[in-house]
Amino acid sequence: MSLEINNLTKLYGQQKALNNITFGVNEGEIVGFLGPNGAGKSTTMKIATGFIPPTFGRISVGGFDVLEYPMKVKKVIGYLPEHNPLYLDLYVHEYLRFVGGLYGLSKKKLHHRVAEIIELCGLTPEQNKRIEALSKGFRQRVGLAQALIHDPSVLILDEPTSGLDPNQLVEIRKLIKMVSHNKTVIFSTHIMQEVQALCQRVVVINQGEIVADDTLDRLLQKEGSASAIIVEFEGDVTREQLTQLSGVESVQQMDGFKFRVQPKTGADVRPELFRFASENTLSMVGLKQEESSLENIFRELTTTTTVPE
Amino acid sequence: MGMLQVLSKEFSSFLNSLIAYVVIGVFLMGIGLLMWVFPDTSVLEYGFADMETLFSLGPYVFIFLVPAITMRSFAEEKKAGTMELLFTKPLTDWDIILGKFVASFLLVLFALIPTIVYYYSIYTLGNPVGNLDTPGIIGSYIGLILLAGAFCAVGVLASCITPNQIVAFVAAAFLCFLLFSGFDSVSEMPLWSSNGLFIKQLGILFHYESVSRGLVDSRDVIYFLSLIFLMLSSTKLILASRQW
Repeated sequence: MSLEINNLTKLYGQQKALNNITFGVNEGEIVGFLGPNGAGKSTTMKIATGFIPPTFGRISVGGFDVLEYPMKVKKVIGYLPEHNPLYLDLYVHEYLRFVGGLYGLSKKKLHHRVAEIIELCGLTPEQNKRIEALSKGFRQRVGLAQALIHDPSVLILDEPTSGLDPNQLVEIRKLIKMVSHNKTVIFSTHIMQEVQALCQRVVVINQGEIVADDTLDRLLQKEGSASAIIVEFEGDVTREQLTQLSGVESVQQMDGFKFRVQPKTGADVRPELFRFASENTLSMVGLKQEESSLENIFRELTTTTTVPE
Repeated sequence: MGMLQVLSKEFSSFLNSLIAYVVIGVFLMGIGLLMWVFPDTSVLEYGFADMETLFSLGPYVFIFLVPAITMRSFAEEKKAGTMELLFTKPLTDWDIILGKFVASFLLVLFALIPTIVYYYSIYTLGNPVGNLDTPGIIGSYIGLILLAGAFCAVGVLASCITPNQIVAFVAAAFLCFLLFSGFDSVSEMPLWSSNGLFIKQLGILFHYESVSRGLVDSRDVIYFLSLIFLMLSSTKLILASRQW
């Protein structure tokens, strides 16, 4: 089922949280919803799940308007809210049975499904604990498990990895990737790498307006901040030699024979560098892409409008 | 269907926490002391075989106990953010409100059930045995149950206006007190002249006493049901505004 957001506006009193945003998520697609804190990501998701009403505009899930058919829409959505609220006094399996029951799963089916989802989300060793006794990573898994219990066709995840340690981060991403097969997924984050790890398409929102809606690769090109390449040779190489290579915008000598090569927009200079090395029988001892460009894009897209203090 | 799920979850969290046991224990202990031990109100000292103590003091015990049960119903969910969880599930607002209301109401009923032992005791203690106004007592029980229902509805309403449980408790206790005897007291003021009775009829006490006489009048029952409906509808209205 697809998710359509049309001309959505949300006012909190005088403050515009969302200003006429429009985008869609196709069936079976995973989309990263990116933006700084307070950009309107959670507001959009809260409206999509029917928790709060929009001021103007409409959201439809699988063709059904959220306001007109709330029950129908809520049944097909799996939602992990921001901060992952849970009933801490319940046991893991008890909680999942409760949520499954809300979706109308019959007793027999429920038993089976709870066991299945506990297994899938890696909660087997924790299933007989109270939720309050779980670590943050496991709580996040419980949050995901409750969102998945009814096998929803649309998955809405609000910052599913915030506050996790690097190991848990990788595990949760893996889990999301695994369960998102055949589902329409939209997840919010403010980490660019996360988008890279999980999906291709990204919608960037800033101060309630969409500032980009494209694949990550094309964004990288469009923003003109193609990643710089750090290259290191063993032998004698001058800066001038490298500057003459095709596709090179500028070269900066770092230390020894280590250079920072800034390619022209859209160009990939790595093959060129290799050719250069083999033609001149030079030994290349290092070649790496600077990673900061993702953050650069994020900053460029989300700081265009200055916030008055 | 969804309402039953909410109800059973609410009820089991009463049983999982201390709330249920404390409420039932305190209620029975309090009423037990008043009925059998404290000389001012003891049936044994009084000498007449009736359960007047339970029915006249019960409402005042409820004014404190029912808000203690209901105060967490919405306030806690608001504070923990689980409200968002509940409201994005395929449940209507009524499923959630009724689930919570009925769970609290059931807990109060559970606290009332053991007092049937008092009826049996007084029945046997009477001279001659069984010299007891049974229809009056049944009427009084119905009155107390309706009153508990009204108080639960008030408590649920108070709980949905704030994320703070203490505020919810104090607001509910005060509102219950006002509704129970406030109208009655206000109706005594001379400025109403002949309208005093009308004011009195707005309060719970008037209808509670009427039912307690053993004559269950449909008007009194309708009064209680409308009061519960009014409180729960207001709760729904507040929840629908989603302004928290």
